[in-house]
Amino acid sequence: MGLMDSFDNFWSIYSNLVLSLGTASLLALSIYLTLSCGMLAMANAAFMGIGAYASALLTMNAGAPFPVAIAGGMAAPAVVALLIGLPTLRLSGVYLAMATLAFGEVVRIVILNTEDLTGGALGLNGIPQSTQWWHVLLALLVTLGVLARLRRSKIGRAFEAIKEDETAAGLMGIDVTAHKMLAFVLGGAIAGLAGTLNAHLTFFIGPNEYGFDRGVEILTMTILGGINSLFGPVVGAVIITLLPELLRGLKDYRAVFNGLILVVIVLFLPKGLWDPAAVRRRLGLGAKEAAR
Amino acid sequence: MLEQQLFNALSLGCVYALFALGFTLVFGVLGVINLSHGAVFMVGAYAALEFITRLHAPLWAAILFAFAFSGAVGVLIDRLVLRPLRARGAPHLIPMIATIGLGLAMNSLVQGLFGAENQRFPSDILPDRAITFAGVSVTVLELGIILVSFALMTVLLYTLKRTQIGRALRAIAESPKAAGLLGINVEGLFMVTSLVAAGLGGVSGVLIGLYSNALFPLMGQPVMHKGIAVIILGGMGDIRGAMLAGLFLGFAEVLSVAYIGSTMRDAVAFGLLFLVLLVRPKGLFGSVQERKV
Repeated sequence: MGLMDSFDNFWSIYSNLVLSLGTASLLALSIYLTLSCGMLAMANAAFMGIGAYASALLTMNAGAPFPVAIAGGMAAPAVVALLIGLPTLRLSGVYLAMATLAFGEVVRIVILNTEDLTGGALGLNGIPQSTQWWHVLLALLVTLGVLARLRRSKIGRAFEAIKEDETAAGLMGIDVTAHKMLAFVLGGAIAGLAGTLNAHLTFFIGPNEYGFDRGVEILTMTILGGINSLFGPVVGAVIITLLPELLRGLKDYRAVFNGLILVVIVLFLPKGLWDPAAVRRRLGLGAKEAAR
Repeated sequence: MLEQQLFNALSLGCVYALFALGFTLVFGVLGVINLSHGAVFMVGAYAALEFITRLHAPLWAAILFAFAFSGAVGVLIDRLVLRPLRARGAPHLIPMIATIGLGLAMNSLVQGLFGAENQRFPSDILPDRAITFAGVSVTVLELGIILVSFALMTVLLYTLKRTQIGRALRAIAESPKAAGLLGINVEGLFMVTSLVAAGLGGVSGVLIGLYSNALFPLMGQPVMHKGIAVIILGGMGDIRGAMLAGLFLGFAEVLSVAYIGSTMRDAVAFGLLFLVLLVRPKGLFGSVQERKV
């Protein structure tokens, strides 16, 4: 009984934090998809926002049941991704990063200026708290399952070929544009799912939650974890989400550490924290030594 | 009325151009999108403010100090972060991600030190008297911004086109490896470029801080977002393009406020960027070669 009580106690304090580990992991996986296809697209925070607003408007204004809101929260950013993907995915490297960044700003400004619908700078208040812990867990498991399946499929191999060398992949007969579009749209839908779950968890959403800083945070999680496996982004998301709690004593200087950690990882851990090849190498080496 | 609008557009455009000059210079020579440039810009403004309030220094001295301080920050960034990444041959998006982290760290460090609230330069530092010229009222500051930005552009263009250093820099922009084989001190010039670009960023921080009459830790972010639009419109690494695109954005914003309304002013830059990238994926004035097989 005592154990149950202390668990209840823990859960009442930390349930939001635990659940935000799940939504952060979804976000990290959403940008992992485009990165694994060799694209640095920085629109995921905007897709998250579009999903959050679309689903919150569905539940608040149309009284839609939660599954419908989730579907809407995933479909809206996917459709937007499809529309802006047509022109932007032709761009390469930094041009793509900058164009998607610009798109994110446009989304934020549009939300700010459509007060009748979105509440403008005041945001949307009083979103029903429909997100249960098992919704988040299920969403994460299904996403991991789909992505794991994708990785081992022909599509996953095509992503890898495009990442290594786009021109060569095209010459091998891979439809580069279609594969990039798939990664972009699917990434948008996953980010929208995270936005939907998050909006129905936190009661309130505002336009500035989905700006440049959030986009950078999502990227940081994935780069920190590493993109050579599906666990990398999840590991990164967990660390970046827990870090502010652990660094609480530093108060105003917390973000200094977030920034410096990003720099240190880029400098000293180019493959991220979770690099399956390195782990295997270490284990393999250990086995050989044991045999001797 | 129209004359006044056009003049306002000119000075706003020069503000954008001023920021974009250093931003595009780093890209042109080092090949890095330096997303800490907005933070360096803010650091310059705060350095000048501290210099003025603590030492009661005149504005020109504070501007020189801002150049030196930001320049030193730029050199440190190059030495400690960008150079090791170059040595490793990291793909070009990796240094960009590192500079995002640097910008975040600098912004929150300044926020921790000076607080998040707005600060101002002392009001007596500049004569606020406006000169009226052909029905257009012009402040000393606006005149200064316009003159400084055109002068800087001219100096940069002259240096790049006509001097030995400029020829060396252009050789590096083509291929750092080949330039090194020709006996050019590549690392040394990277350092000089970082110094000058960051210094220019700091100076524009002071001028824009005066122009908008507000200093705050995140002041570099909106300017940098527009700077991104400007250097892409102008063609990455193109000094003259950055100037033209900065002016273009200034005119587009002022005229859109005059004729459409102010709510969407900030969307103009990014809307334009989006449209331009649709038609010309390498920028309005850009001429970057695509990889040929």
